[in-house]
Amino acid sequence: MKRIYLDYAATTPTDPAVVQAMLPYYSEAFGNPSSLYSYGQENREVLQKARRTVAAAIGADPDEIIFTSCGTEADNAALLGTARANIGKGNHIITTSIEHHAVLETAHAMTKEGFDVTIVPVDGDGIVDPTVIEKAITPKTTLISVMHANNEVGTIQPIAEISRIARGAGVYLHTDAVQTVGHLPVDVDEMGIDLMSVSAHKFYGPKGVGFLYVRSGTRINPFMHGGGQENGRRAGTENVAGIVGMSTALEIALADRDEEAARQTSLRDRLISGLVDVGGIQLNGHSDKRLPNNVNVSVDYVEGESMMLNLDLDGICISTGSACSSVSAEPSHVLTALNIPPEKAHCSLRLTLGKWTTEEDVERVLEIFPSMVKRLRAMSPLGHGR
Amino acid sequence: MAVYSDKIMDHFTNPRNVGEIPDADGVGEVGNPVCGDMMTFYIKVRDNRIEHVKFKTFGCGAAIAVSSMTSVMATGKTLEEAMQITPQGVADELGGLPKVKFHCSNLGADALHLAVNNYREKLGLPPLGEPVSAHDHDDDEDETPSCGSACAT
Ligand SMILES: Cc1ncc(COP(=O)(O)O)c(C=O)c1O
Repeated sequence: MKRIYLDYAATTPTDPAVVQAMLPYYSEAFGNPSSLYSYGQENREVLQKARRTVAAAIGADPDEIIFTSCGTEADNAALLGTARANIGKGNHIITTSIEHHAVLETAHAMTKEGFDVTIVPVDGDGIVDPTVIEKAITPKTTLISVMHANNEVGTIQPIAEISRIARGAGVYLHTDAVQTVGHLPVDVDEMGIDLMSVSAHKFYGPKGVGFLYVRSGTRINPFMHGGGQENGRRAGTENVAGIVGMSTALEIALADRDEEAARQTSLRDRLISGLVDVGGIQLNGHSDKRLPNNVNVSVDYVEGESMMLNLDLDGICISTGSACSSVSAEPSHVLTALNIPPEKAHCSLRLTLGKWTTEEDVERVLEIFPSMVKRLRAMSPLGHGR
Repeated sequence: MAVYSDKIMDHFTNPRNVGEIPDADGVGEVGNPVCGDMMTFYIKVRDNRIEHVKFKTFGCGAAIAVSSMTSVMATGKTLEEAMQITPQGVADELGGLPKVKFHCSNLGADALHLAVNNYREKLGLPPLGEPVSAHDHDDDEDETPSCGSACAT
């Protein structure tokens, strides 16, 4: 059976060209970039080249890039590093209710270290209101962290507007751009970003590598202490193969970024309208301030995991915000933040497209979907006029 | 599919006894959509025996398989025997349930017991036994809060 992968927001397959580019760094080009002989110095130059590539991709300078072990590390380093370095000014940070756990759990842990965290809400479409952030700023605020686009419902946040507010108040702005870099235009100057998290495996690069952009002049403490790599800002021998994979993947992604975004947007909208046509299915999140590849719907009266399992039997891989798919009993915190009631959140499905998603894939999902929903609805005690 | 056993997947993909009994002798309902799992059991009783069972379930794969297995186990049993069916017994028949599913989704026995006592209540008879509930089990060390304890009842 041909499998149809529709969970590109969770991770993407590594591009074969990326794998090829990485291979030498697992064999003949094995040197530690800190070593002073040829093996090391050659790889130091390789790192610098990758640094220039990823910096150029976001409109940054190479020395504003700190390579990390993943997007989660970049988020942790941004929040903790900035908040700790600026504790002299104050102990308050602001973030939103729809952030990835990498930000929310870090913020939560920081409250135990004596930091004050304000978590601002979003509207029913999943968009942050910049004026709400403005009102949350106090003289003690040192950092605002708002994700560029949400990984569950795909909503795109008004980062440039939030930046104007942050700049006006002299507060640093961090954005988790894990879901957007490589897919949407991202320019740290145009958007007014001081810190930004990126992860390679969301744009056809390898897992376990990412970077944190830190605007030059930003006061930030190192997150990892040790051998002084990354200009003393992130110790640890660099993941040379991973970093090469990330920069290669980013170059490939940028080459046809806009065409690919347009193509996925049209597949996305076809999928949304086809699903809504089934009846009793609602779109979650904003209809156009939305990632080109994100579909998130709630299907009346049918629990999400049961749909996921059914689709998996047909070779279709998607995810759900239902509690039953997680270890906790709570449905997705993002859907909850959008004021979607639990009985709808339990019935949610997320389908995320990628560069290898075809029109046939979308049509196949739309062909299978109605009978699957019908079968599960016939089994459900809900609906039928109750 | 590594999460669930073959037996669970069999009952999930091909559930036995799905449906309603319009003139049921007893009906039992547990859970609610807010908590993500809900089951309604219908029974037909003759000479103190469960002749037919039908169910409707809103829930995850485990919840559907549990409902199906409970209905199979209850069919043909006396009411007293049906009250002896426990969540653990249903889970065992299914070849085990993933731990996180045990509380949330293992409501079939509860729904069956409620249906039995609904039948007895209609006849003016006292309820049989204390229904054995998924949450009374003490043989699991899993401390994560669960739907079962939060809102199953
Ligand atoms: C928005 C967002 N932030 C952070 C992460 C974490 O990235 P990583 O998997 O590289 O740790 C992810 C992906 O899981 C994400 O979608």
